[in-house]
Amino acid sequence: MSNRQFVLACLTPLFIFSLAFLALPLVRLFLASGEGENGWAIYLDILRKPRYLNTLWMTVLVSISVTFTALAISTTAGMFLSRNRFRGRGVLLSIMTLPLAFPGVVIGFLIILLGGRQGLINQITPGHVVFAYSVIGLFLGYLYFSIPRVLLTVMAAAEKLDPPLEEAARTLGASPYRVVIDVILPGLMPSLIAAGAIAFATAMGAFGTAFTLATNIDVLPMVIYTEFTLSANIAMASALSIVLGIVTWALLLIARSLSGTTVAAGG
Amino acid sequence: MTLRLTNTAKTYPDGTKALMPTDLTVETGEVVSLLGPSGCGKTTLLRIIAGLETPDTGGEIWFDDDNVTAQPVERRNVGMVFQSYALFPNMSVGANVGYGLKMQKLSKPEIDARVTQVLEMCQLEKFSHRSISALSGGQRQRVALARAIAPRPRLLLLDEPLSALDAALRETLRDELAILLRKFQITAIFVTHDQDEAMAIADRVAVMAEGRVVQSGTPEELYRNPTSAFVAGFVGNAMQLHGTHDGMLLKLSGGVLPLGRDGTGQDIFVRAEDVLIDSSGPLKGQVETVTFLGTHYRVGIGGLMPEILISIFPGQSAPRIGETVQVSIKPESLMLLPQTGRGK
Amino acid sequence: MHKSKAKMLQLIVTLSACAFLFVPTILSVMAGVTANYFQGISSGLTLKWVFRVWELYADSIFLSLWLAIACLFCTLLIGLPAAYGLARHPGWLSRILEEFISLPLAVPGLALALALLQLYGSMKGFRASWTFILVGHVLYTLPFMVRSILAVLAAIDLKTLEEGAATLGASPWQRFRDIVVPNAMPGILAGALTVVTLSIGEFNLTWMLHTPYLKTLPVGLADSYASMRLEVASAYTLVFFVLIVPLLMAMQWASARAQRIAQ
Repeated sequence: MSNRQFVLACLTPLFIFSLAFLALPLVRLFLASGEGENGWAIYLDILRKPRYLNTLWMTVLVSISVTFTALAISTTAGMFLSRNRFRGRGVLLSIMTLPLAFPGVVIGFLIILLGGRQGLINQITPGHVVFAYSVIGLFLGYLYFSIPRVLLTVMAAAEKLDPPLEEAARTLGASPYRVVIDVILPGLMPSLIAAGAIAFATAMGAFGTAFTLATNIDVLPMVIYTEFTLSANIAMASALSIVLGIVTWALLLIARSLSGTTVAAGG
Repeated sequence: MTLRLTNTAKTYPDGTKALMPTDLTVETGEVVSLLGPSGCGKTTLLRIIAGLETPDTGGEIWFDDDNVTAQPVERRNVGMVFQSYALFPNMSVGANVGYGLKMQKLSKPEIDARVTQVLEMCQLEKFSHRSISALSGGQRQRVALARAIAPRPRLLLLDEPLSALDAALRETLRDELAILLRKFQITAIFVTHDQDEAMAIADRVAVMAEGRVVQSGTPEELYRNPTSAFVAGFVGNAMQLHGTHDGMLLKLSGGVLPLGRDGTGQDIFVRAEDVLIDSSGPLKGQVETVTFLGTHYRVGIGGLMPEILISIFPGQSAPRIGETVQVSIKPESLMLLPQTGRGK
Repeated sequence: MHKSKAKMLQLIVTLSACAFLFVPTILSVMAGVTANYFQGISSGLTLKWVFRVWELYADSIFLSLWLAIACLFCTLLIGLPAAYGLARHPGWLSRILEEFISLPLAVPGLALALALLQLYGSMKGFRASWTFILVGHVLYTLPFMVRSILAVLAAIDLKTLEEGAATLGASPWQRFRDIVVPNAMPGILAGALTVVTLSIGEFNLTWMLHTPYLKTLPVGLADSYASMRLEVASAYTLVFFVLIVPLLMAMQWASARAQRIAQ
């Protein structure tokens, strides 16, 4: 067997697998989205029917607020953790990255323990404070899995920042505040955009958390799920999946071209 | 083993002609160097011989009476030393050297014995169990050579084997390599862009330019009787004397030089060591640069022709910058070569 | 003064974020070993909820472990040669193939599951077997395996190393076995740990693909959150943490190591 044949043989299992279980199913999904009573106009329906449009807006809104909150928190914490060496730093870092592998359902449950009817906040505060099942719960759940992802990206970028650049700015008379604005943030910017896109795409597609919170807030993945299982509206579920898939894929493509890192969406 | 290449060329898929149709014969036990600037096709030629590149159809490669043109590299039984050495980082020194023997399905004791023997020859016996990352550049180079030699290849190919080393080490290892290659008594082809290396190591040098072998011969032949301006320039840094010539005389702006023969239609070249600063010389120029190089001075003289002419000055006290000097060049040290239309 | 104030602020943000991430985890662990969560710790510590979880969900836990191992096997079988092929055959076609198999990283699991269900849902034997879930897991984890190995292979001069082996008489398969695999080991290890960790925790795809007789650990978790008392749900979460946290730490260690090599 020649070298070229061997290399091609090596790619064959991948090719067959992704054809059978990725390409063909996705084509089927796309075709299914046009098999409803309205045909391909279903994509216009998404924009016309308030139920879907509101869902879309709600999902985008929650995802945007999660993205910016996670960026603010993780950048602050990430810079702090990468610039300071102190006892317990490793522990803090572990705590902040461990949730990476928690599935969305577990995170939903953790939010219930925090803000549910039997949750911590309800127990230690007077009155009835339950937020787990509202949009706040959803927001906190998404924030929970976004913080570690953004933090890792920011810390990786912070380590690559060139310290002499900051020192140069200081010798030129810049205050620490100006150094942050003029040197550190621009240096981190590609990674921040990338991390933001990842957080946004992850929040858009998150299913497990919303599922566990059994929230009455309509977010896109929940609507897809109910359309498919309860209403048996397979065409709409497929169309919404296609839209969601394209949005998250495009965002992560941008993210990767800016940072060159791979972080899983999922959750 | 005798290597014979006929009509061997290489055109890349994008249309680049890396190697023009080339014929080359390397006799048994001969050490041949392919010398040329980067991009001249010397590495392509070496890789075709190894079997790492396929030549264009029509070319043939013969190892003695075997036509190996269609044979894949792993069946040609050639040894190769790569520019980056390509030592396997996942194996110890001994395992690297023994890898080719393992591929030949030799028994374990045989492999061990041969590895020990080759390591001894290359003065590496202490390093057998070391990891590759623990070796210095020079040691790696020797391991690469030992690994290529151990399976007793029909032909040894070396691709710029010294270029990854620093200058001081390069010179020592160059001489060491020349001795080792004679010791192995193996047919070897050695690619380099460094003329000193080629001359120190090879029995015969093939100078390449733009995908062709332009001249091939012993180092002395190439140095003394270059057949083209390119070889004169590349081997020994000959300088062209720009002037007008009229039969037996060359007229330069700094004077007239006798050629001793008819130079019509020829370009005239000289080497720096043949440019003599001599108070009775026929040419007059001004010293523009003086560089002290330990054993000699390198003196740049202006005013002789449009360009600066370099002279090697072996004396104790060199002329000063700005000084006017007389220069002589013996007619027999002038090289008259066919005109190419462009001066170097 | 100004500087220390800014530092204090940073510290407060960091600690608050840690508390936000850690307190619920602790709550969950505590609830899982407390006799009665409503009465609090005073009701005593117990392992009875953990045993109850074992009675109820041992099958789910074993199914998840089995799936993770099978998934690792499949991703190695497909991903290791594929990563090598992509590394040795760079070009636009490889870029597209790599980009395409990475789709499951970006496209939500729900959408992939819908796609699989619609194409293969009618093949009852396949639909009802554990291999259907396995396909989903392999689909989701394969890009991690491929990229992890590819990153390491891209960092070494694979082509020259292989040429070296070829001149010494090694066939393509021998080169793959003796040179490629040993040198890709850090990437394979990091990829393997990632695949196992992700497979054990995978919910989005699995929830859509599973059948009532085939519940994985996270599916069981969702089940317990919906229908069990809080202590059981917490104890089950505790079991999950015990499984996943060491794996995650090993994965982070291995990935950092592979990344150091890849640089």
